[in-house]
Amino acid sequence: MNINTDINKTELEQELAQHIITALNLDTSLKEIDPLAPLYGDEGLGIDSIDVLEISLVLAKQYGVQLRSDDEHNAEIFASLRNLANHIQQNRTK
Amino acid sequence: MPAVQTMQAVPLLRLHRPDSLFARQDGKAITTRRFLADVLSLAEKLPEHPYVLNLCSDRYRFVVVFSAAMLRGQISLLPPNHTPDLINRLSQNYPGLYCLTDGAVGPAALQTIIYPELSGVNLPDPAIPEIPAAQVAAIVFTSGTTGDPMPNEKTWGAISRSVTVEARRLGIFDRGDLTLLGTVPAQHMYGFESTALIAMQAGVILHAGKPFYPADISALLHEIPGPRALVTTPVHLRALITGNTALPQLDLIVCATAPLPRELAVQAEELFGAPLHEIYGFTEAGQIASRRTAITDEWRTFDGLALHQKGDATYVSGGHVVGELPLNDITELRSDTTFLLHGRTADLINIAGKRTSLASLNHHLNSIDGIQDGVFFMPEEKPGETSRLTAFVVAAELTSSEILGALRQRMDAIFLPRPLHKVDELPRNSTGKLTRASLETLFRQCDKGQDK
Repeated sequence: MNINTDINKTELEQELAQHIITALNLDTSLKEIDPLAPLYGDEGLGIDSIDVLEISLVLAKQYGVQLRSDDEHNAEIFASLRNLANHIQQNRTK
Repeated sequence: MPAVQTMQAVPLLRLHRPDSLFARQDGKAITTRRFLADVLSLAEKLPEHPYVLNLCSDRYRFVVVFSAAMLRGQISLLPPNHTPDLINRLSQNYPGLYCLTDGAVGPAALQTIIYPELSGVNLPDPAIPEIPAAQVAAIVFTSGTTGDPMPNEKTWGAISRSVTVEARRLGIFDRGDLTLLGTVPAQHMYGFESTALIAMQAGVILHAGKPFYPADISALLHEIPGPRALVTTPVHLRALITGNTALPQLDLIVCATAPLPRELAVQAEELFGAPLHEIYGFTEAGQIASRRTAITDEWRTFDGLALHQKGDATYVSGGHVVGELPLNDITELRSDTTFLLHGRTADLINIAGKRTSLASLNHHLNSIDGIQDGVFFMPEEKPGETSRLTAFVVAAELTSSEILGALRQRMDAIFLPRPLHKVDELPRNSTGKLTRASLETLFRQCDKGQDK
């Protein structure tokens, strides 16, 4: 079964997914993004390092969150849309 | 007297005194004396092989490995990417190639040595090693049209000369108090020359870091005591400027890999309070010219280099360039040392400083089992934005993710098509050719289809 409809995404996850789609110019619709699929690599969105920099700008602009490469949780943060949204929830300043 | 020329030697380091600062690494200051001890100690430990793939991500360690390899007469290979396909080809074309890395593992196809703990003794009066100018120090590769990378040999004399004229142009020659921080890897030509070699040959201080996020760049710049320069790319500059990062004042900004819009250069100069010099070069020749982008569109060649036109093509020669080499961009000469650039020639692709050709990408695409026909296409580029490739593929038996998975084995992820369009057939004309116009039409049709 392949359940990845809007219903499974929180409001923040939906908003974040929309920001990412816009920033990266992805030809993916909002409902196609599985909140639990990996953002990196062969699966899911398949983003690369240039994209990661773009996403870091979205986070800084929209949520006041600054990513750092020496953060030991980086792999975890980018593991899925849900994790990224959780990281924002915990660290947002706006 | 060519015989005398080949006998010449160039020191491993110039303008660095034993007790002066050579590098900064994780907040530590490393003297020239310590660096030389590390190089000699590592040189003794290297295996007896002719070629090394230096994957150290710490820039200080990269320079130690490069130097130790040179002392042992070993050649550093700098390929454009590290995909399994390319590493396999290199290991076949360069028998005895091994990998030295400061990461946990190396590529599966190569014997790998992990950067060791170095316990060399600081010598009271260390001699700076001399390297023959004619010795091949590195082979830098461009992606060839048939999948095999094209080698470009760099002699120690030529690369030393190249970064010396660069440092003079940038006004940092013999600036022993200046630290150079780079956001680009030392494994690509730009970072190799403008962060690693320039520190060795122009007497400035090397920073071992390679910050990525704007907050990383800002933190490392703030940590550097005294004058600092940032060696970076348009992508990072744009991130720094729009990311609302708190930034310290700089003494110099160096930018390369893709054309920098004038407006961004002006903003960067204001924000950092420093001149921004944009560098132009290509793998075969190395860097050849620079401009102060905020003030002028006109490029000026480095000292000793000159351009000339032959038919439609523009060639560079002199200085560190061996023979004459054609530029890959459409060039308008103002004089033999000043010029304007008007975009790339049709086949060439450059995304965020990584270069390839459509011919090479198409070759890889059509080498995948199950693909009947396929072609890459670069949509119209917008200045200041990172444009991505798209591809049209005829493959009834393969899914898009299977095709992407196969491409990932063969090319840098940055060139993967976004999106990949599966089509019933390509718009080939009666002679079997694909015109840019027909692909543009197909691109617009597919684009519309997506919006539904």
